[in-house]
Amino acid sequence: MALVELVNLGQQFQGNVILEAINLKVERGEAFALIGPTGAGKTTLLRLIDLLDSPVKGQIYFDGVDVTRSGRKRLAARRRMAYVQQKPIVFSMNVYDNVACGLKWRHQERKAIRKKVEEALELVSMADYQSRDAKTLSGGETQLVAIARALVTEPEMLLLDEPTANLDPVSTSKIESVLARIIQETRTTILMATHDMSQGQRLAQMIGVLMEGKLVQIGQKSEIFEKPLNLKVAGFVGMQNILKGVITSNEDGVVSIDVRGKLIEAISDYQAGEEVCVCIRPEDIALSFSKPSSSARNAFEGEIKSIISSGPLASVELDCGFPLVALMTVRSAKEMELGIGKRIFASFKATAVHVVKS
Amino acid sequence: MANPCSYPALASLNQHHSNRNAKVLLSELWDSIVKAIHLLVSLDHDVYEVAWRSLWIALASCGISFLLISLPLGSLIHFNRFPGKMILITLIQTLFSLPTVAVGLIVFMFISRSGPLGEFGLLFTPKGMIIGQIILVTPVTMGLVISALTGVDKAVPETATALGASRLQASLITITEAKFAMMTAFVMGFGRAISEVGVSLMVGGNIRGYTRTLTTAISLETAKGEIEFSLALGFILILIAVVVNVALLLLGRKRGPIRWLWSSS
Repeated sequence: MALVELVNLGQQFQGNVILEAINLKVERGEAFALIGPTGAGKTTLLRLIDLLDSPVKGQIYFDGVDVTRSGRKRLAARRRMAYVQQKPIVFSMNVYDNVACGLKWRHQERKAIRKKVEEALELVSMADYQSRDAKTLSGGETQLVAIARALVTEPEMLLLDEPTANLDPVSTSKIESVLARIIQETRTTILMATHDMSQGQRLAQMIGVLMEGKLVQIGQKSEIFEKPLNLKVAGFVGMQNILKGVITSNEDGVVSIDVRGKLIEAISDYQAGEEVCVCIRPEDIALSFSKPSSSARNAFEGEIKSIISSGPLASVELDCGFPLVALMTVRSAKEMELGIGKRIFASFKATAVHVVKS
Repeated sequence: MANPCSYPALASLNQHHSNRNAKVLLSELWDSIVKAIHLLVSLDHDVYEVAWRSLWIALASCGISFLLISLPLGSLIHFNRFPGKMILITLIQTLFSLPTVAVGLIVFMFISRSGPLGEFGLLFTPKGMIIGQIILVTPVTMGLVISALTGVDKAVPETATALGASRLQASLITITEAKFAMMTAFVMGFGRAISEVGVSLMVGGNIRGYTRTLTTAISLETAKGEIEFSLALGFILILIAVVVNVALLLLGRKRGPIRWLWSSS
């Protein structure tokens, strides 16, 4: 039985539809990431699951019990979950008391509280901060206290809303490593919302893509990143190259697609004559000055239009009759002496091409 | 028509006169300060008795109003939704400026021998005064309790709820988060109680040794022409207000009292 099950859930705010027909099952022990752009309804969905708000439509089941409407069941269910908000606040008391709050509200014994709070602060490496006034903590430290405060209650389900948004890279990696430890070492079910799809990829096994209030695609993370269901998902999960074309032939699942007069080969079930979109991840494209003779079935010559470096990576924009972006390390771009205006071959495998209906 | 030449002379006369008046006033003020210090230092029994009565009656009425009425009722109003909530809050705030004599008169009518509560014999007693002051300060304490709670970040009760707090537990932490604004509510209520004269005079009756307070004594002494003594009592009243305010504000401060008093924020 799924720990949380949402059936045809809908939410509105001041007449605007925020969520529509959400069906979702999160199994016990699963790490599930809800990805989607800002404003897609992720926070609204998390608030519904944590039973902070009531939906206008549909049902929420927690551990098999219908907890959709208000009542005692909701408090009992909420006490088996913990929710870390996007911008967590701390109460005007010291760090220890902040973390102890949830246990006090559950009427636990003093001794047990002390032990658990110390363990939780240890886990997020904030043990030395016990007597610090929580209001004086930095953003990253506040986030860690909020996570400790949630974990200390030993929730069966941990809900995280953008756990690292607005944090510096050091705090982000610290929090991610804490979360990774929790996922590995405990049987806590985790549902996290993030707009950073790579974070979802790093931490979760299952991913749901939420766009404009609808759960567009749910699947294993490899599935989402390699086979996005449609154009929007493809764009969101980092398919930078999305080209419109028409299928010209399909021979045993190997299709040829006409993109602005050039033929791209791919693996697909679509039949000749169908209008499709071709999606290629920029990191799957290899660049070379000589025509490649390898197994890559797609090779196109093009002119370099721009080279943009970000961190250790450079994205190279080509014009091959259609625009194409390739990703490589800055070092290899330098070694190859790439420059704007130079002509170069771009090659990629047929299996690296993902075809979706346009 | 007056001779224009006389104008400067008249003006100078007026000047001379007002200078003299100012001098008299200043010397009276000075004398009263000296007298106040003298009364305090000499442990004048009558003064201490009146001051002590003022203090405990005001503390009792403000304490009852704040702890037993405004805090629970104000919280109930704040944490619940009901039709007419805003009207009620506006009404409470309007009653901030309830005239003390009007309250005095109404309470007098209720507790006088022939009034509906006459049988309890509350007229001209400290108890009666406390009842009157409670009615007077409750709008202030309740209004400020509500605004103190409104001032707390909405994320506080929400975070508490998310961490497993019941409605009551979430409300309690919101109240704790508002503790400084709550203190202000109490201080404002106390200020109104200790400084009012209408209720004390009409309901208490200014009976020496029984219901006489600093404010009623001041009004009596002034009527008798004992300006100096009145002013001295006034200074003692201000002193009490200052001491109580500072004591309450120091409560709960983490920094040491001296450092806090000298700090700029």
